[in-house]
Order: sequence, then C-alpha cells, then structure tokens
Amino acid sequence: MEKFIQLSMSGVSNGAILALVALGFVLIFKSSDVINFAQGELLMIGSYLTYTAIEQFGLFWPLGVVVAVALSAVAGVLIEQLVLRPLIGEPVISVIMITIGLSSLLRAIIGAIWGVSPLPSPKFIPTDTINILGASVGANRLWAIGLSIVLLTALTIFFRRSNDGIAMRAVADDQQAALSMGISIKHVWAVSWAIAAVTAAIGGILLASIFGGVGASIGRVGLLVFPVVILGGLDSIPGAIVGGLIIGLLQSYAGGYLPPELGMGEVAPFIILIFILLVRPYGLFGQKIIERV
Amino acid sequence: MLTLNNIEVMYNDVVLVLKGLSLQVDEGKIVALLGSNGAGKSTTLKAISGLLKPDNGEVTDGEVIFDGQSIAKRDAADIVRLGIFQVMEGRRVFEHLTVEENLRAGAYTRRGGNFASDLELAYTYFPRLKERRSQTAGFLSGGEQQMLAIGRAMMAHPRVIMLDEPSLGLAPLLVGEIFRIIKRINQEQGTTILVVEQNARLALDAADHVYIMENGRIVLDGSPAELKDNADVREFYLGLNEVGKRKSYREVKHYKRRKRWLS
Ligand SMILES: Nc1ncnc2c1ncn2[C@@H]1O[C@H](COP(=O)(O)OP(=O)(O)OP(=O)(O)O)[C@@H](O)[C@H]1O
Ligand SMILES: [Mg+2]
Repeated sequence: MEKFIQLSMSGVSNGAILALVALGFVLIFKSSDVINFAQGELLMIGSYLTYTAIEQFGLFWPLGVVVAVALSAVAGVLIEQLVLRPLIGEPVISVIMITIGLSSLLRAIIGAIWGVSPLPSPKFIPTDTINILGASVGANRLWAIGLSIVLLTALTIFFRRSNDGIAMRAVADDQQAALSMGISIKHVWAVSWAIAAVTAAIGGILLASIFGGVGASIGRVGLLVFPVVILGGLDSIPGAIVGGLIIGLLQSYAGGYLPPELGMGEVAPFIILIFILLVRPYGLFGQKIIERV
Repeated sequence: MLTLNNIEVMYNDVVLVLKGLSLQVDEGKIVALLGSNGAGKSTTLKAISGLLKPDNGEVTDGEVIFDGQSIAKRDAADIVRLGIFQVMEGRRVFEHLTVEENLRAGAYTRRGGNFASDLELAYTYFPRLKERRSQTAGFLSGGEQQMLAIGRAMMAHPRVIMLDEPSLGLAPLLVGEIFRIIKRINQEQGTTILVVEQNARLALDAADHVYIMENGRIVLDGSPAELKDNADVREFYLGLNEVGKRKSYREVKHYKRRKRWLS
C-alpha cells in the first residue's frame, strides 16, 4: 500500500509537470499549426536561467524565479518572431524540420553558455519527505502538484475570460474569420509562445528540484510531450492535462511494479503512443469538427 | 465615403479576377452588389477589407479610398479599426466558442469601449442570441449563426458593414427577417451597408443603389427602380421574360446581350 501511494504521488507530480509542458505545446499547435519539437529545450532554458539568477547572481529566490520566467517568455517570443514567423505558409514538413533544427541549435547554445555537465539545482524548493498514510513523499512533489494546479486554473480562466484568451481560441477555430474582426494573429502567436515558454520554465524548475540537478535529463522529459498530446489530442487543452496525468502515472507504475531490468518506466509511454495511434489517431479529446444535425 | 477606382485583383500572381472594377458607396446607404457565381463579388469585398492575403490574393492596380484616404495597402486589423467590417460568406462563426464569446471576439478592436452596453445593443436587434448566449455557436441553426455573424460585426461599431451573401442557405422566411434587421441597423444606427447577393429580388427590394458585376467588372448600375425595368436584369436576374417570343430568337438575343455585357 505504501508503495502504491508513493508511486501514485510521484506519478501524479510527474504527470502534472507533463501537463504543463504539453499545454504549451498544444497552444502553439492550436494557434499556428506548428508542431514544436523544441519543447524540451524550453524546459532546459527555464531551469538554467533560474540556476543563473539564483546561484550565480545570488538573487533572493522568488525574485530569481520571476526574472528567469520572464526571460524565458522573452526567449519564447524571440524564437517565434525570428525562427517561425518567416515560415508562415510553408509546408508543415518544413516547419517540423525547422523546429527539430531549432532544438539542436538551442541545445548547442545552452551547452556553450552553461557547459554540458549537470549543475546543482537551486535549493529553494524543500526536498525533505513528508509522511502520507505511511508512504514518504518528497515535498518537492507536492510543490509540483500544487503549482501545476494553480497555473492550469489561472490559464483556464485566462482562456475563458480575457480578450487575449478568447482571441487565441478564435484564431484556433478560424484564422481568416479572426482576421476579419481585426484580431492580430501575430500577437496571438507571440502570446502562445510566451505562455508555452513560461509553463515550460516552471516545469523545468520543478524538474530540476526532483532530479536534484540542472542538465540534459530535463530536456529529455520534453520527448514525453508526444505520448501525452497524442493520447489527449494535439489540439485539446483538457486532453493535455488528462494525458499528462495518465502518462505520468503509467510511467511510475510501470517503473515500480515491473521488473526494473525491462526499463518499462522509460518505454511504457511510447508503447501507449503507438497503441493510441493505431486505435484513436485524433486522441482521447481531439476536437472533431462540429456538425449540426 | 467608400470608392473603388479601377481595381485589379490577382490570385497567386497569375489569375486576374477583378479587371478594373469601380464602384461607390455613399454614407448611410444600402448598396447591393449582384452577380453570378464566380463573378468576383467576394473578391471585391476582400479587396476592401484587406482579407485577400490569406487567400494569396493581391490588389495589383487601382485604388480603394475610404474617407479620402487610400486603404488598399493597409492590413485587415487597421481597416476594421478605421470602421469597415466584413461579414464573410458562409457565416464563419467560431464554432467552439459560445455566442457571447463570439460577440466578444467581434469587439476585439474596441479596447476601452463599453462591452456590456454594446452587447445589449446587439441583443436588442437579435433577441434570439440573448436566449442562447452561453450556447456553443457550432450548434446554432444556420439562421442563428447568420444573426451571430451580423451581431459580431455590430460589436466593432463599424461605419460600414459588408455582408457577403447573408441569405445563403437560409429559408425564405428567415431571409426576410434578416434583411429587415439589416435595414433597421442601417436606419437606426446609421451604418452604411454593402451587401453581396445572388438573390436579386431581395437585393432590389432592400437597396438604395445596385451594382451588377460580371467577370470581374461592373456591367450595370442604377437605382432598384431603374434596374427592375431593365430587360437584361429582368431576364437574367429576375427570371422574367417577355411571353410569346420565339425560342430561337430569344437565344440569339440572349447571346448578343451577354456579349455586350462581357466586352
Ligand atoms: N483563393 C483563390 N485563389 C485562386 N482563385 C480564386 C481564389 N478565390 C477565388 N478565386 C477565383 O476568383 C473568381 C471569383 O471568385 P469570388 O469568390 O470572388 O466569386 P463570387 O462572385 O463571390 O462567387 P460566389 O457567388 O460563388 O460566391 C472565381 O473564378 C474563383 O475561382
Ligand atoms: Mg462569393
């Protein structure tokens, strides 16, 4: 029973982080049809910037986090404007190639600035364990769950209530119609990348605490975005959240209950990915076109 | 207020669709633009509203003048801010947004305006939208979607609303209702209307001035009364022809007239 609770908590916390990262991916896809293969690098940028702000510049941690997250948002907008905007109207496959290239480029830049060996994680998130029904759970995992809930709620309210949020959903529905009412599509794209970079940065900070270091392993989590969004549907925000939780839990149970030699914790999400592609290619929540009867 | 001077529009840098089209819309009037399928009516509206770009089209010659300034090179958002709003063909509501969210999207350029009172104004013209305010727009009936598309235009407080085939796919009764509302908006809000129609009878009844286009040019224009008397309009657009004429003769005449129109 303790083992189950422990695995569940780590699954849910990983899943919550995955949901954050997948949400950014889905936003970019919904507003601009770009499949972003550089999502993992956005995670790394956030965690490295936080390291620099807190450990190298010695900023008090809340300030350091705010600065790092704001700089990540700027980086996201710059990537959109410099790399993706010139590609408007190009075939999907070229855009995909570009984001794959972008991912290598960002990794090279990160390596040049911070080096390739892992750096220590800033210590502001408590890592002591808390006893829940006999199972010991890291406080940083509870942080991950709490912070993800707050962010996802804030974003949901943003999409429902704010002008920018409604404009983003309008662009996702019908770009030309959105244009016809004066909605600036360029602004919507910039906002999507900013939000994707911010959620990824926060995900990266949480992962740094869970992994106990800032390094390339954080970037690899970005790959898990694909099983998550394919499970949830490329264009579905609730799908990103549910998909994140399912993949997080699955990974945790498969790693904990199956023989470790199989390494199922790493592989299970991708087995699911293939399975989903076979039976339900538009995902659990993927939007189907509304047809009136 | 709005003048097109000899405009040419090309798609994909090769297909010339508008070939020197000129027309004029006076403030406070309802102007109708008639023409058969593919004549270039939607293209004309998009040339005004700046919406050609996503279709890979471009105004290659001539000028579009609104209130004395040339707007042919402005982008779509600027043109909405200047006061011209196009309701696109096929309604194009945001299907996954609610009715009220659609209306909010329409008010996008009105930062700082009073959203609540604008919303109430739109609802006074379309009370049915108020009843369905939190319903997903994709599940509205065709007529309700057309009302939403027009209501969404009102939210931007435009001085000119351009409507592209508002009667498309709607039952006659509903079409009548929608045209009555369009006339009311014109009279009560002072909004100038430029409406594209295939239904000539409807357009001739509602408009102050009518243009007829064929093949990328205006071929005829006048007041509805003048056009109703025109033999060509009666035959090609109202489906009336003088009884008792021999068929072969009529065909020859038809051909000649067509030819005259196209040259
Ligand atoms: N995006 C495009 N690319 C190339 N050609 C186009 C494009 N859009 C329209 N056309 C062509 O331009 C011509 C005029 O089209 P337009 O849509 O303006 O006609 P319309 O008068 O609105 O017709 P309808 O009554 O069918 O709506 C047509 O021959 C059409 O094939
Ligand atoms: Mg048309």
